Amino acid sequence: MKKYLKPINLMELLRPLGQLIVFSLGSAAVLSIIVLALAIVLNNTAAGDKIFAQLKVSLFAYTVANLPQVLVDGLTLGFVYAAIALGYTMVYGVLEFINFAHSEIFAIGAFVGVEILIALQNAGLIGSGSSLFMDYVFLILAMLAGMAVAGGAAIAMERIAYRPLRNAPRLVPLISAIGVSFFLQDAIRLTESLTTGQFNRIFPTFGNFDKRITFGKIPMGAAELPFSVPIKSFIVIIAAVLMLVVLNYLVNATKVGKAIRAVAQDRATASLMGIDVNHIIAITFLIGGALGGAAGLLYALKFTRIDPYVGFYPGLKAFTAAVLGGIGNLTGALLGGIILGLLETFAGSYLSIFTMGAAGVEYKDIFAFAILILVLIFRPNGLLGENVTEKV
Amino acid sequence: MSLLSLENVHSYYGHIHALKGISLRIEKGEIVTLIGSNGAGKSTTLRTISGLIHPKRGKVSLDGKDISTMAPHLIVRAGIGHVPEGRGIFPRLTVKENLEIGAYTIDDDAEAERRMEYSFELFPRLKERLEQKGGTLSGGEQQMLAIARGLMLDPTLLMLDEPSMGLSPVMVDLVFDTIQKVNENGATILLVEQNALVALSVAHRGYVLQTGEIIISDTASNLRNDPTVQKAYLGVE
Repeated sequence: MKKYLKPINLMELLRPLGQLIVFSLGSAAVLSIIVLALAIVLNNTAAGDKIFAQLKVSLFAYTVANLPQVLVDGLTLGFVYAAIALGYTMVYGVLEFINFAHSEIFAIGAFVGVEILIALQNAGLIGSGSSLFMDYVFLILAMLAGMAVAGGAAIAMERIAYRPLRNAPRLVPLISAIGVSFFLQDAIRLTESLTTGQFNRIFPTFGNFDKRITFGKIPMGAAELPFSVPIKSFIVIIAAVLMLVVLNYLVNATKVGKAIRAVAQDRATASLMGIDVNHIIAITFLIGGALGGAAGLLYALKFTRIDPYVGFYPGLKAFTAAVLGGIGNLTGALLGGIILGLLETFAGSYLSIFTMGAAGVEYKDIFAFAILILVLIFRPNGLLGENVTEKV
Repeated sequence: MSLLSLENVHSYYGHIHALKGISLRIEKGEIVTLIGSNGAGKSTTLRTISGLIHPKRGKVSLDGKDISTMAPHLIVRAGIGHVPEGRGIFPRLTVKENLEIGAYTIDDDAEAERRMEYSFELFPRLKERLEQKGGTLSGGEQQMLAIARGLMLDPTLLMLDEPSMGLSPVMVDLVFDTIQKVNENGATILLVEQNALVALSVAHRGYVLQTGEIIISDTASNLRNDPTVQKAYLGVE
């Protein structure tokens, strides 16, 4: 007798997986084609000659041989960006406001997780001699703790710094968010300095996360290039995909999710449906914050070193990803994150070769922000920005 | 005791003093209409009752209980449904999801199911549009959806803000027939309308608002024959 209110919807679990695969393959294909075309064009120029002089392979062969590695690294980064971008986009969805302090929520998640792992290492529970199973258990626990604290911090942030400004002109909460961002950076720095004496922290070495799984060798000219992926990249990808699927289900197929979408579309009318709007906004911050916190720990796992300002660049890029995909749109944040992660990794890997070292990996960020500007000019609603007009 | 009563209610819309001492009462089972021109304060009255605006002075009571400072979502749970001006359909939710959101306060799925069936009895068209996004419906269909959604929580008092706005005459008839049917099924109705003629044809009693004050209050049939009302709101010279 559940004709209209179906309880579980398998489609809602499978659809985001399908989207992730389509987006990943699509973006990867487009960027690969562009890079390969560039490689063909540059093959017979000085850039091609230089690489041939160094490695005795054509530029094209070099590009092809490196492609699998670049794609895997790009997707790993892309999923992290997507997880952060979802926090921006969810909050934007319900409040039409960019929570610039989301990058510090990310940092909080990273610090909480890393500090717990360092403490466990000091206690001798992880590191040399610990069982692999317990290593994973502790990693997951650290991540959950990071998510919980980050989610709690996001709720507190909304309650203290944004809710009192809910009816103020739109610029005001934005300024408040920038203030919160600086405040949290220094709060993390101060806390770390007072308790540990330093504010640069290193993700402890334990488990098998740094071990690489070799998938084979790719011929490159006369030589062979091993294609291997570190286990931590798989962890990042699996964790991110899991979170994205759960989030999608939560938003699209549960009562709370429906309430979140209703609040996003029309706050006053949502309250007339009996929805406690403040409560739903707090839940939105909690979810976005938890995702951001998880992304923080995944980032720390992948890049090892964190400091109180660690959230700045990933935050800005995730924001770009959210705008690129269409801010307020969850699917858009996935797509934007994947594109941006791939683009950045492609730029980081090939820019130096293609420009003969004139513009190296340090210029990779130009692409992310050039994209932000181009999107804002030519497609302000983003790639998947919805344009449903309300009929009167 | 009246189902709903407003005593000397003053409300502000930003800096505008929109309601200047409104007093009215609605008895259980009635259809009461508020008529008046644009900006008279009709919508503000409804928004004050449903808690979207809190009165600066005065008292709103439901069943004798003061609800003047209650949050809107709690007022809904207390039994007041409000179909807002402009219908307030969630454009990117499907028709079904819009109705489910209407049943947000109901935890019993079977009960929600029953009420959804009731909406389809009233508006069979909605059943055909179940998976369509709210924003893609025609104006009339949106109005049906808005009323159906308002009925999902089985309100003791249903407030409707300009249900005839933008509708074809056939649609207006359908909507007002439905309002009467809903009333016969037990719901008390507070109806805000610019189309005074239609409103007074279904209502039992009415209040005439002018610049934030009630200037006339009478039975619907008396209002229909009132020269002031005829001249100002019914277009009778």
